[in-house]
Amino acid sequence: MSVLVVADHRRGELRDVSYELVTAGRELADALDGELAVAVIAGDTDRFAESLNRPGVDRIYTVENGEEFDNTVYTAAVTELVGRSGATAVLAPNSVNGLDYAPAVAERLDIPLVTDAIDFAVDDGLTVTREMYGSKVETTVAVDGDQFCLTLRGGEFAPAEGVGEAEVESVTVDHPDSGARVKGFEEVGGGDVDIADADVLVSVGRGIEEEENLEVVEELAETLGATLSASRPIVDSGWLPKNRQVGQSGKVVTPDVYIAVGISGAVQHVAGMKGSDTIVAINTDPNAPIFDVADYGIVGDLFDVVPELVAQFE
Amino acid sequence: MKVLVTVKEVAEADDDFSIDGTDIAESDLEYDLNEWDDYAVEAAVQLAEADIADEVVAVTIGPERAEETIRMALAKGVDRAVRVWDDAFEGAFPDVASKIDVFEAVVASEEPDLVLGGVQAADTGFGATGVALAERIGFNHAAVVNDLEVDADAGLANVHRELEGGVEELTEVDLPAVLTVQTGLNEPRYASLRGIRQAQRKEIAPMDLDDLGLDTTDVESTLTLTAMYEPESESDAELIEGDAGEAADRLAEVLREKGVGV
Repeated sequence: MSVLVVADHRRGELRDVSYELVTAGRELADALDGELAVAVIAGDTDRFAESLNRPGVDRIYTVENGEEFDNTVYTAAVTELVGRSGATAVLAPNSVNGLDYAPAVAERLDIPLVTDAIDFAVDDGLTVTREMYGSKVETTVAVDGDQFCLTLRGGEFAPAEGVGEAEVESVTVDHPDSGARVKGFEEVGGGDVDIADADVLVSVGRGIEEEENLEVVEELAETLGATLSASRPIVDSGWLPKNRQVGQSGKVVTPDVYIAVGISGAVQHVAGMKGSDTIVAINTDPNAPIFDVADYGIVGDLFDVVPELVAQFE
Repeated sequence: MKVLVTVKEVAEADDDFSIDGTDIAESDLEYDLNEWDDYAVEAAVQLAEADIADEVVAVTIGPERAEETIRMALAKGVDRAVRVWDDAFEGAFPDVASKIDVFEAVVASEEPDLVLGGVQAADTGFGATGVALAERIGFNHAAVVNDLEVDADAGLANVHRELEGGVEELTEVDLPAVLTVQTGLNEPRYASLRGIRQAQRKEIAPMDLDDLGLDTTDVESTLTLTAMYEPESESDAELIEGDAGEAADRLAEVLREKGVGV
């Protein structure tokens, strides 16, 4: 009954979720009364293994294979390491790359998969806590199976700290030719404005409804001397350029004041702005998750509130 | 080449909703085409318009009610659709493997060169079906694609995968492949009146497990939804009360204290 967690890294850096996976993996291993192994696949494996050698890690497997992510290699390597370690639980990050191999691993091993876990408990079997309906509800899901794979949402567990005494073992994995080959990377969101530099952001979301309504928030930003940013749907619709997007796939911002206008606060958005000093939210839905991270909230229609707010500063 | 698009009719909860057992009360749900799948449909239709795809077929697992949603995909240019449903799915919480049992059977009869689907479904948010399907049927895959160019002659799809933090990975995928499509890939069209009229004559083939050579044991789920509840609010926000004018007055005071607009 042991646990295998898979580290997440990109372009030479371990991502934070890797250390969180160690914490979660140790908890799961304790509940299963087993060992915790960490898989480090591709990249600077020795350096990553050293960083991940935290208390509670029993073993670290390193698989050298190029610098970057490759879903063919990851699927083969994780499957191989599950066999080698005898792991009954596989814990992967619920990251863009995690979701590019974890479902394939679960399928190859024919074991149940639960994605985007925010918590879990082992009692009579595994129960996983996860959200549904765009974060409006939480659910518990019982998993029927002695072996399973989970992907863990970032930011839910504390990162593991300290130095451990894990054994490091280098493993060679056979894999077929890659069917999806990484050719390079592109930074998006250059251009005229860096929203990460702004002291005050007025950020607009789906609540604005129509492109022509953007002038309502543009006027507020101008009046306050703030920079205009947006949540994903506004950028997807092409109403504002990609360099204005706050969130997991956009920019992470930490302004002095963040004013969220008509933004519900999906987890991907909150990941990009929760570090702001002061957060103000204006939204019609009192249950909108944005109010969970807000310091000040107005439950109301932005089309009523924002013009009144502009008038206050004129 | 032939393109198969997996689509799902998803339920969205009203702002005010109640929970009935382990799901949101039926009266508080509204149904629509999954947002991510709308981008997948658009991508497939664009491939047909560019004469890269000869045929675009949509497949869904859904009850009769879902036909309205599937009809919208047909109105946007999908050629025909397959709708799979069985009593075994009624009220169940299917796991990934049961869904791909169905899609695998449909792939076997349709023999597509490219399968497109949304990154995730808005209601359950699993984000796993496409990649698991690729593994099952022996296709290559790429998840979270936000830029797509198909080079049919070279048998390749050149994609961007949208990674976290404003970085895109440029990836070359050999066909046949399954790609999961991120929002923002394109601008999904609205169905035209002509498209809606034409869609009335397009085929939505209903199928059950038996038609696909499956039985209920194939779609027995390893997962059971045991509880659903509203998360405890972690809010310690000062809620500013009053009408819009009063609220704006108080908020202006707060903002000035923080040095904004002064």
